[in-house]
Amino acid sequence: MHLAYPAVLSALLFCTGLYGVLARRNAILVLMSVELMLNAVNLNLVAFDAWLSRAAEDTLHSGQALALFTIAIAAAEIGIGLAIVLAVYRNRGTSDIDRLRDTAEGHDPDDPDSDATGREAPAPRAAGEKAEATA
Amino acid sequence: MTTTTLAVLVPLLPFLGAIAGLLLGRTAPGFVRPLAVLPTLVSLALAALVAARQGGDGAVDAATELTPTGSVPVELALHIDGFAALTAVLVTVVAGCVQIYSTGYLRDDPRYPSYAALVSLFTSAMLLVVYSGDLMVLLVGWEVMGICSYFLVGHYWETPEARAASLKAFLVTKLGDLPFLIGLFALATDAGSFRITRILGAVANGGIEHPTLVALLLLAGVAGKSAQFPLHTWLPDAMAGPTPVSALIHAATMVAAGVYFIARLLPLFEASQAAMTVLAVMAAVTMAGSALAALAQDDIKRVLAYSTIGQLGYMTGALAVADRGAAVFHLLSHGAFKALLFLAAGVIIHAAGTNSLAAMSRMGHLRDRVPDAYWTMTVALLALAAISPFSGFFSKEAVLGAAEHVVTGHTGHAPAAAGWIVLLAGLVTALLTAAYAMRLWQLAFRGHGTEAPDHGRQPLTMTVVLWVLAVPSLALGGLAFRVLPDWFDGRDLTPTLTTSVLGTGVALVGGIVTYATWRHTTAHAAARVPLGAVAAHPEGDAARVEAEAIAAHEPAYGDIAYAPDPSDPGRLLLGPLHRHAAAGFHLDAVYSALFVRPVRAGASLVRFLDREVVDTYVRGAGTLPRWLGAAVRRAQTGNLQTYVSALLAGTVVLAVAAVLAATGA
Amino acid sequence: MTLAAAAGTAAHATTTTAAETHGFLSPTGVEIAFLLVGLVTLGAAIITVTTRQLVHAALWLVVALGGLAVEYLLLTAEFIAWVQVLIYVGSVVVLLLFGLMLTRAPIGRSPDADSGNRWVALAVSVVAAAALVWVVADAFRTTWIDLDGAPSGSTEVTGASLFQHWVLPFEALSVLLLAALVGAIVLSRKAKDGAATGARATRRDSEGVR
Repeated sequence: MHLAYPAVLSALLFCTGLYGVLARRNAILVLMSVELMLNAVNLNLVAFDAWLSRAAEDTLHSGQALALFTIAIAAAEIGIGLAIVLAVYRNRGTSDIDRLRDTAEGHDPDDPDSDATGREAPAPRAAGEKAEATA
Repeated sequence: MTTTTLAVLVPLLPFLGAIAGLLLGRTAPGFVRPLAVLPTLVSLALAALVAARQGGDGAVDAATELTPTGSVPVELALHIDGFAALTAVLVTVVAGCVQIYSTGYLRDDPRYPSYAALVSLFTSAMLLVVYSGDLMVLLVGWEVMGICSYFLVGHYWETPEARAASLKAFLVTKLGDLPFLIGLFALATDAGSFRITRILGAVANGGIEHPTLVALLLLAGVAGKSAQFPLHTWLPDAMAGPTPVSALIHAATMVAAGVYFIARLLPLFEASQAAMTVLAVMAAVTMAGSALAALAQDDIKRVLAYSTIGQLGYMTGALAVADRGAAVFHLLSHGAFKALLFLAAGVIIHAAGTNSLAAMSRMGHLRDRVPDAYWTMTVALLALAAISPFSGFFSKEAVLGAAEHVVTGHTGHAPAAAGWIVLLAGLVTALLTAAYAMRLWQLAFRGHGTEAPDHGRQPLTMTVVLWVLAVPSLALGGLAFRVLPDWFDGRDLTPTLTTSVLGTGVALVGGIVTYATWRHTTAHAAARVPLGAVAAHPEGDAARVEAEAIAAHEPAYGDIAYAPDPSDPGRLLLGPLHRHAAAGFHLDAVYSALFVRPVRAGASLVRFLDREVVDTYVRGAGTLPRWLGAAVRRAQTGNLQTYVSALLAGTVVLAVAAVLAATGA
Repeated sequence: MTLAAAAGTAAHATTTTAAETHGFLSPTGVEIAFLLVGLVTLGAAIITVTTRQLVHAALWLVVALGGLAVEYLLLTAEFIAWVQVLIYVGSVVVLLLFGLMLTRAPIGRSPDADSGNRWVALAVSVVAAAALVWVVADAFRTTWIDLDGAPSGSTEVTGASLFQHWVLPFEALSVLLLAALVGAIVLSRKAKDGAATGARATRRDSEGVR
């Protein structure tokens, strides 16, 4: 098989994920896009492993091993990432990335906007309880 | 102990006393007075012992070099000849008297400890100047005196007069000290040493390349320190200090230092005819001008200040005719009677509650209140006016005799023109000196009007020293003129007949004319305008009364030196000149126009340049980054996606550039 | 087969001769299958990042990840394909769906699913894609993968390689997962009420990997 097929597909998938990371507003959608990017990398790894195991008689299968590791690390990442998103959502009442602007110049921690989000805080907590009950 | 050890102790003791006084002043107030008086008195005894051992023989020289200091070595050197030994005795006598007097005069002053310590330091510095055989060490004492005079003149720093006077004294003397320093360096470079003996040796061998230049540079420093024209203006203003400080500055230290310095280096000045002529002209202008100004002053201490300038003019005149024996003789006798005059004036100011002669002339029986001051001041004024047999007569005749000696061409050391200038100016000044001495005596002690207030007897410490100083004022000249040549250069100091007759004659004329004028003006006693006499706290100690009197003079009369008193004999004598003489012939105004205003204008120009031009660049340098910062700040939206977008866009650009570069496209 | 053996001994020397045997315009069956599945995968991925319905995005993600699993199979990496199906399709997507629910993501079309950054994002990603595709295609236009013979990614081969050569990184990875587990629990425990959910989900996720 021509190596350009998986390589080009992986490049396109990567850039699709890139677009998602940059353009999506919801933090969970951003995490999905990150998964797409990781999978594009995995495809690359597997394709080159398949090529090199014959062309260079590579017996280590480093591409496949690294792909497995990437999958494991991606799983850990998604767990931590979701925990962070949930914590943020509990504290701020939103998981929209472009509303989390604490690092902006001139940001005042006591401004009325953050007060408003503080008042919303009990609502998602109730939602969390509900989700736990259903789980 | 050797003579050298004793001589080292003489300046060292007051110095240690000063340090101890400064350290203990707050913690142990009881020790302050003994620490001020005793070291000075011990120094007096030691200085007398040194003088007795030296005895007019060959000079005692000792030197040690602590450490090499570059091309021209600086050595701790002593050079004690007859001049040094006797001047040191005078300094310690006057300093001792001033210290004792001050214990009474500043009885209740809270700043007495620092005052006494500074007086001790002042004395020590002067003794260092006197004994030092090395010009650099001498300069140390010279400058320490400058800073001490600054502090002491400004002792009443609550009054604006004292603040201005202390600054003026410091700045004007520093104005002279700068050329003085350059002159010292030039001299030492030519001679290869700072030692006075070696420099004089180099002068004798003709080793000094530019004697005129060096002598004129040194002369500037001397004019500043010894208050000679045109740098004398600080001295009358320095009267804003306490009276004992005035006595110390005028009689023994500071102003004497300049004359003494020239006396030490006289051969150097003799090497330049031009310098001697300049010295003579300076002396003549100084003595005649200051005598005229003294005749017009209203403040009793300013009269004495101008008289000091005039008497210093006599000394420089004697130096201008190359007779340092006469100069130092007059320095000694003047030191005694001028200290007495100032200390007595302090007593009078305390008793009268004012420093204004016009106010004193409206008080009856002032002399009965202060009999000690009356009698001793009479003696001192007679000495000042050079009436035989008081000491001033002999020393002044020595000066005039030396000038006559030069005029008649008996010496090749000084130009005949200098002799003529000094002789004529000296005779005119003798006339005027007698006139202002008489005026001072009449106005202060022969006043009519309301009874002078009675504040009780003056403190014993203040009156005893007057009598102590009256003895040399009375007898020093007559006893010493035969002995002193052994100590000095050996030149005869006996008065010659011509100058004695001339000098005494003009002095008598001056005194009699002033007396007649005074009788004439007081005859119109009915027309006398009342003048305000002032002293808010007459029961306070003398220093407080004096400070208040000085502060009150200008509001009361409109000027610090002048009083609109029609019964003043000086007004009639001087005629239209009176007004100008009272203002010191407007020299201060000239200085103000020549130096102060240009400097101020330059300062405001610099301020303008700094504020408007330099600061514009500074502010611009600050504003540009601020604008840039504000522009960059707008990019800090806090939106992570924007940040990552920019980051990745940059990465793509870099990657494409790297690929293009790698493929050579 | 002789040419393939030659390619095995000296890959660079044989690429030019190999290009002659494999016509670029005459794709094999595997290539056609790969191309079709790749199109589906790419389409699903694009829908995932553009759709306005959040839950649909997660479901389209399942399609994309499943398509990728098929691609792995076509590349003879069967173990990785099954791992992909198990972990990604089985647990990660489920986890993401839970996350969407816990953050009360709206069901149905949400008009503000994309942020204001989307045009910039589009430009950056298109330029990046162009650059990457250009570089990759230029670099590997004459490179071929020999898929004949024994599969290179069977469970046996992968297991042997993993536990012979990669056993130390493998164990290190288990420590990393433990750290992630603890981290997720600590993060979720901050607020006492919602702590259990996140911790449980993460534990299940890491168990799935092991």
